[in-house]
Amino acid sequence: MLAIGTNTTKAHPVIALQLKAASRNGTRLIVANPKEIVLSRHAEIVMQQKPGTDVVLLMAMMKVIVDENLQDQQFINERTENFDEFKKSLNTFGIEYAEKITGVPGETIIEAARTFATTKPASIFYAMGITQHSHGTDNVIAVSNLALLTGNIGKPGTGVNPLRGQNNVQGACDMGALPNVYTGYQRVDNPDVKKKFETAWGVELNGKNGLTHTEIFDDAYNGKIKAIYMVGENPILSEANAHHVREAIEKLGFFVAQDIFMTETSILADVILPGASFAEKDGTVTNTERRVQRMHRAIKPVGDSKPDWWIAAEIAKRMGGKGFEYAGAEEIFSEITSLTPSYQGISYGRLEHGGLQWPCPTTEHPGTPILHTEKFPREGGKGKFMPLVYRESAELADKDYPLILTTDRSLYHYHTSTMTRKVEGLELLDSEELLIINPEDAGKYGISSGDMVVITSRRGDVRSKAKVSGECPPGVISMTFHFAETPTNDITNPALDPVAKIPETKVSAVKIRKVV
Amino acid sequence: MEKIKLTIDGMAITADRGKTILEAALDNGIYIPHLCHHQDLAPAAVCRVCLVEVEGRGHTISCRTPVEEGLTISTESDHLNKIRRIPVELIFANHDTDCIACTRNNNCQLQRVASYLGLERDSMDRMRMGNIEKPIDTSNPFFDRNPNRCIYCGICIRTCDEIQNINAIDFASRGYKMTVSTFGDNPIADSRCESCGECVVRCPVGALSPKTTMEPSRSVKSVCTYCGVGCGVELGVRGNSVVSVEGDRDNAVNHGSLCVKGRYGFEFINHRERIRKPLIKKNGKFEESTWDEALDLVAKKFREYGKEKVAVFSSAKCSNEDNYVIQKFTRAVLGTNSIDHCARL
Repeated sequence: MLAIGTNTTKAHPVIALQLKAASRNGTRLIVANPKEIVLSRHAEIVMQQKPGTDVVLLMAMMKVIVDENLQDQQFINERTENFDEFKKSLNTFGIEYAEKITGVPGETIIEAARTFATTKPASIFYAMGITQHSHGTDNVIAVSNLALLTGNIGKPGTGVNPLRGQNNVQGACDMGALPNVYTGYQRVDNPDVKKKFETAWGVELNGKNGLTHTEIFDDAYNGKIKAIYMVGENPILSEANAHHVREAIEKLGFFVAQDIFMTETSILADVILPGASFAEKDGTVTNTERRVQRMHRAIKPVGDSKPDWWIAAEIAKRMGGKGFEYAGAEEIFSEITSLTPSYQGISYGRLEHGGLQWPCPTTEHPGTPILHTEKFPREGGKGKFMPLVYRESAELADKDYPLILTTDRSLYHYHTSTMTRKVEGLELLDSEELLIINPEDAGKYGISSGDMVVITSRRGDVRSKAKVSGECPPGVISMTFHFAETPTNDITNPALDPVAKIPETKVSAVKIRKVV
Repeated sequence: MEKIKLTIDGMAITADRGKTILEAALDNGIYIPHLCHHQDLAPAAVCRVCLVEVEGRGHTISCRTPVEEGLTISTESDHLNKIRRIPVELIFANHDTDCIACTRNNNCQLQRVASYLGLERDSMDRMRMGNIEKPIDTSNPFFDRNPNRCIYCGICIRTCDEIQNINAIDFASRGYKMTVSTFGDNPIADSRCESCGECVVRCPVGALSPKTTMEPSRSVKSVCTYCGVGCGVELGVRGNSVVSVEGDRDNAVNHGSLCVKGRYGFEFINHRERIRKPLIKKNGKFEESTWDEALDLVAKKFREYGKEKVAVFSSAKCSNEDNYVIQKFTRAVLGTNSIDHCARL
């Protein structure tokens, strides 16, 4: 197993249990993370690459594999294409170069490459440490190349396993809460798809891709977007360069927030609509392994709050929308399955016996725990190797901003802590931001644990207490973004990946000073 | 799975190869007294209470002996009970017997074993050497550790080791002073404990008990609302409040395991700060409104701004059904595809 860019014990604790159990039972674990994380204790090989250098680390591993002829040639021949082009692109990733860029000793990279290529089956786990970069897509491609190169995809115990953050981030994507797709990733710019949904919904639809998260705030800032309807989100703490988000929201003509609590964001709203929490709703959620599971309503909505679907349907009806007369969640789910091939075979009745992993095309289909067993969802069915070049992070340490800030999470809080900080015990266990700084850097700045520090980037500054710890290597500091008192994302870098439009919150150049 | 045939107390039993005699008996509805056995953990064989008589072999620890074809086992005899009584009397030598004040009263493995063995007050006190009051560790916000109710079965220690791989606790000291301790004997809150509560769930007695012990009146299956792992939970409900969360052992994702947030992070649900009414900002201040007033205002404003001027953020915290209706509303009514959510954050 290779766990790269995931602090699993903190962000996905129950998956971490399974990784630790596997390691205890003899599965070889390689951890690659700029920080020394808890999972590192359970690993056979630990690599602490500099933030933003994952492409170099992975490509160098793959060069070793190809140079030593350890690749799965049969898999490459039968299941993939473009290997020769890709092989050429490995040339620049020699071991000395990789050692220089990543800071990982060359022999460790070689050992990791050999271990990964010769131990089968092998799987790769990653999270936001791979994706939240201005070259996040390249990072993911590098991971995919490694899986293809070693034939570790489409079989039990293999695969590229992104660990998804929110309880229903997979489901929100599956349901088409994205600007370019309807449910099940059916493209809005595909005329056949458009026609299908026009027929089902009885309206004319827009065939043009919409704006992404960060683009919506840019357009709100520029005055092109005048109103926002925001459900269950707190971008003032979660979005990179959050100042910009606040200014954008303040320029809106009308801002509606739907939430269970007053948040740093919803307080700016013109209207707040009280949503019901998960315990008050019937419905389904889809986890990181595409498993659709049923939530049962445990209590009636608190106060006058209402399920989020009910609120959206009521607004729709009041604007003349047709087809929003839902009696309950099950009726909505039936409409979803009728329009979504990958969900077609799933029903509330079946989910009473346990979750089902999509694709599940028919009512007899057992679900699909493993994807790509025979072919890939591309024309021709082959997995494509993608040549890569190393693109540096948008900001590197320099003489004005000599440290790299990366963001991490706490076990005791969740995202912007709207829920977890309402739990007294969690608040007692972890009540304030702690900037993690290496003893060497701490010495340089005269900082001891408990000192207040001002952290400044090109976008602003925040204050935090320091914790001196070897978790971070010299030159790298880390913070979470759980605490409104220390809004770390005020200073993170909003530079976007050109394809995925994800901000580079994992690498920001900063300077620090102790508050005296 | 290969089936093994054996006889327990004259009854013909089948069991899967690899099971222990104790598991085979319990699976077939035969109680053998035990304290240190737990179905999720490897056998420890430290309590010596599960002793049985195997024909041709004599006294055998049933939790550590795998089933074999043709074994003939007896779980009950005066002699067995006499031997079993000694370690249990030793536990009572320093055990708080104020059961009514204990959270595990009527649901306690020690009570069950003591009553099975017919232990009476004088045999409980036979080995007592005064009362050693050990301090209760209340440092963790979610559970207390009361060493005066501990039976030294080691289930908590083995859970922290075998299941959590954290090893925050282990036995320390000997004899009457023996206790489950952290590194340096610090309060549990200052140890490497991650407060997952897995040990609390498995403690067979009241040594580890949750701070809030409201018994739910019913339980409802759902899915944890925190991260993307999707652990199955059983929400314990009393009236219209969620008062406890347990891991759903039938769930294929977590098989009953939960982390600290999943198990203890439910207080937000019925929190006093929940928004209970629609709010409309008038002159810079939020005022409560009816649903009709708020929804009409929202519909009117969205209609005024029209196509391409309104954008929507849906939520990765909401259900599939919520997200579906919100994107349908965005596309079919607002006429735009500008909908996104926090997938990238």
